[in-house]
Amino acid sequence: MVDSAVPGTVVIVGAGHGGFQLAASLRQHGFDGRVVLIGDEPELPYQRPPLSKDYLDGKIGLDLLLMRPAAFFEQHRIELVSGVAATQIDRVAKTVILADGKRLGYDHLVLATGARNRVPPLPGIELDGVCYLRNLAETEALKQRLAACRHAVVVGAGFIGLEFAAIARGKGKPVHIVELVDRVMARVVCPDTSAHFAEAHRKAEVEFSFGARIERLGGDGGKVSHVVLADGRDLPADLVVISIGVVPNEGLAAAAGLAVENGVAVNGELLTADPNISAIGDCASFPSRHSLKNPVRLEAVQNAADHARCVADRLMGKPAPYAALPWFWSEQGAQRLQIAGLTTGFQQVVLRGNYEAGEYSAFCYAGDKLLGIESINKPADHAFARRLLGAGRGVTPEQAADESFDLRAAAMARS
Amino acid sequence: MPSVTYVSYDGKSTTLDVPLGTSVMQAAVLNGLDGIVAECGGSCMCATCHVYVREDQLAKLPEMELGEDAMLDGTASPRRPNSRLSCQLVMTPPMDGLVVDLPETQT
Repeated sequence: MVDSAVPGTVVIVGAGHGGFQLAASLRQHGFDGRVVLIGDEPELPYQRPPLSKDYLDGKIGLDLLLMRPAAFFEQHRIELVSGVAATQIDRVAKTVILADGKRLGYDHLVLATGARNRVPPLPGIELDGVCYLRNLAETEALKQRLAACRHAVVVGAGFIGLEFAAIARGKGKPVHIVELVDRVMARVVCPDTSAHFAEAHRKAEVEFSFGARIERLGGDGGKVSHVVLADGRDLPADLVVISIGVVPNEGLAAAAGLAVENGVAVNGELLTADPNISAIGDCASFPSRHSLKNPVRLEAVQNAADHARCVADRLMGKPAPYAALPWFWSEQGAQRLQIAGLTTGFQQVVLRGNYEAGEYSAFCYAGDKLLGIESINKPADHAFARRLLGAGRGVTPEQAADESFDLRAAAMARS
Repeated sequence: MPSVTYVSYDGKSTTLDVPLGTSVMQAAVLNGLDGIVAECGGSCMCATCHVYVREDQLAKLPEMELGEDAMLDGTASPRRPNSRLSCQLVMTPPMDGLVVDLPETQT
């Protein structure tokens, strides 16, 4: 019997974590129609987190970066269209048009277009030696530059900039990080955690300039040679890494008349206003039950993969509101950061564990509501945090502050 | 070359060659095996490469470090005494012939 609710052809634009997972989940659930996965990069779908970690460091090669080997896509009848961008959506004809002119009809379209680097409008930004760290091609280029680098300047002290700095210091390269605000990872962690990480990087001889604005990038023969700050300082730099965040790829949706709002606007089931188009991952602006303020747009592997699973379930006839708990991680030298929940809007932070020794968790509250937990070199707390927050439970600030309180028992209790 | 047998939740067995130095998770992913997700790529951050090791083979495995022990409390399927994260099981000669049972769900 044919279930008319299940689409015949699912076209996925974007072959990152979200797009790949959607294709894989559909097949895992026994979806029998066509699955087309379109990516504008030439490689097989690969994992992004290791780019700024083990891959840049040279510890793993491309084989271990790939999501799955080529045979997987054949075996699971996932039609990969690589190295070609989707340029237009014809919603009336339910067709995606590709850069090479090909037209692909869909019954359901999933936008998993991700995000792109934010490029600062600085004089000299086009100079040779100015690098980014988001996709494989950029990482390859950066890896080669890094090997020959004498002075690296990092613009922006977020996850990517700091992860790069740790790898570069591990190779003995001088690194100077220039950050517009007064602390590292200011958008995602509490001030105590910023202070801990800044100190760890300083111990590794990373230099910081906080509250610093860049005036221009200076060059010599078309190659970057120094960075001029607004306060007049001049930093030597034969490598400049721009890591000031990303902007969502929402142009395809906007041009098709879909609402965009810092990302492609979707409802609680990740569906756009067009019942035949969903959006997932970094490009999607969605309501989260874990956020104080909505909609949100998250840049994370967990978010992309869980979005994909939610949409796969819906396409297979089991719709449910997206409810997964957001979590994030970063590895910077020996420092491990794991975050569960969304802490934006916190008013109070309770530290638990040994902050001085760098093994602690920061419990972030708005009033009595536990928003999220940052665990630093404390993976046990992170596992408990995911169980607690995932079940919609919390612990009070008093309990968090009480070292004799049994966090494990609270987390593992069946609610 | 040493081999590892993966038994899926519905009982299907797959035996893979796993080179020394490669993790049990990596071999599964490299061969496109379903049932091991490894969302974090092998950093011991996500607990989605959970496996149950046959009891009589537990002693052949590398000792569990604190990070793995901690993250095993976050697995989607129940943790048992023979639970391990396969990203931390890097092949050594004594591990040849290892059999791992995959849990019902990783997420």
